[in-house]
Amino acid sequence: MDSSADAPRPDETATGQPVRPGYQALRLPPLTGLLWPAGLIATILAIWEVAVRLRDIPAWLLPPPSAIGRALLDDRALLWDNAGATLSEVLLGFGLAVVVGVTLGVLIANVPAVARAVYPIVITSQTIPVPAIAPLLLIWFGYGLFPKVLVTALIGFFPIVVSTVDGIRATDRDTLDLFRTLRATAWQRLRHAQLPSALPAIFSGARIAMTACVIGAVFAELTGSSRGLGYLLNRSAAQFLTARVFAIIVVLSLIGIGLFALLALIERLALPWRRVR
Amino acid sequence: MLALDAVDLTVEPGRFVVLVGPSGCGKTTLLRMIAGLDHPTSGSVQATRGDGRPPSNAVVFQGRSVFPWLHVRDNIGFGLKLKGIGRRERDQTIDRLIETVGLGGFDHAWPHQLSEGMRQRVAIARALAVDPDILLMDEPFGALDEQTRYLLQEELLGIWERTRKTVVFVTHSIDEALTLADEIVIMGARPGRILQRIPVPFERPRTMEAVRSDARFAALFNRVWDGLRDEVLASRQRPLGGAR
Repeated sequence: MDSSADAPRPDETATGQPVRPGYQALRLPPLTGLLWPAGLIATILAIWEVAVRLRDIPAWLLPPPSAIGRALLDDRALLWDNAGATLSEVLLGFGLAVVVGVTLGVLIANVPAVARAVYPIVITSQTIPVPAIAPLLLIWFGYGLFPKVLVTALIGFFPIVVSTVDGIRATDRDTLDLFRTLRATAWQRLRHAQLPSALPAIFSGARIAMTACVIGAVFAELTGSSRGLGYLLNRSAAQFLTARVFAIIVVLSLIGIGLFALLALIERLALPWRRVR
Repeated sequence: MLALDAVDLTVEPGRFVVLVGPSGCGKTTLLRMIAGLDHPTSGSVQATRGDGRPPSNAVVFQGRSVFPWLHVRDNIGFGLKLKGIGRRERDQTIDRLIETVGLGGFDHAWPHQLSEGMRQRVAIARALAVDPDILLMDEPFGALDEQTRYLLQEELLGIWERTRKTVVFVTHSIDEALTLADEIVIMGARPGRILQRIPVPFERPRTMEAVRSDARFAALFNRVWDGLRDEVLASRQRPLGGAR
């Protein structure tokens, strides 16, 4: 431990009070915290396995977990290939949603005319279910990558716009006044005051958007495609390859978890002032 | 409704002027007008320098205006960076100010790791960094506990001794006003106006102890309180809503 008495310990403020819980919320849970849910899942899987075998339930109706595990292993090339397609749609769509969403959010928060004209449209546009316009995009843009990216982006875009607008509007008043007394330009104000103070909110929106984007990509693939986990899901279900359907679900959830963790990592790197060292 | 009415105040360069008054008397509004953040509906705020250019000002706000996303160093040097001052010159100023406000060793601490009092020192250093002609302080110590406030008052006395800035300082505390001011301006509410201007005769350089033990302290305290009491009473009869 540091011997200099007046340096605050990393887990304390200089006043000796514990750091506010908001900063600790970003810490990853300790691995021991995973023991209980892991145990619960293992128990459920075991009951499932035994029940299916005892009652002689056919595999097309409900395959035992062991069969799902075998499908994961046997079809790994197929799953890997299609997961790559889905993942690229998710990442491209999410990226597009972030770029467009943050830009629009910045404009809405800073340009009153845009706020008055565009923001109500953005909000009411959410009453249009994106799945309903997916077929339209298919008609216009065909079966390639682009319409899927577009569906994914449309789903992810809204939470990012809203959180950007809220985050920027919540910028501390004194901070903005300070920028005025320093005669800062609008760009400086955005770069050094509004964006840094909106970043935590933007990341919250991005987390919601990320999970929505996975749903968006799979849905777009279900609507019509020749690659991706959604496509594979359609085909496997039609052939009653139920174990593979479960395997796809497992892969999809792993993708979701992976992306969520990646985003959490980026957040930690981007917001060094929010974490306790 | 008028926030301020017939306010006529002249601040000589190099003077430390403290505004006191009840809540809602427009102290903050007046300060913001001097800072150019608000504008009077009639009349004007004039500030002149020897060379005719408009003087620069810097504001120290109450509460947490220190940027949580910057280290202490970057917080202090922020105004300089915005003005396009180069790294080396910036570093020199920051080094000097970190010593001035007594934050040596905390160069790379995040604001959330500091105490409230230390954060407020960062805010003061940041304001001093741009070397303003006028330093405007809006209840900068209002959120601090009493002991920390005393410490920072002493430090501000020292800093002022070294820089001799023109300071306009807003506070609720008569103690604080007497400790710091060359002149106390008592304001009244609804509409905000200037009631009295009381010169504070304590010698400089000052210490808090010297001011407190000065024979004139009690009399001056009573004089300021006399000027304020009716206003404070009157403002308590009115409904809320004049905090800013």
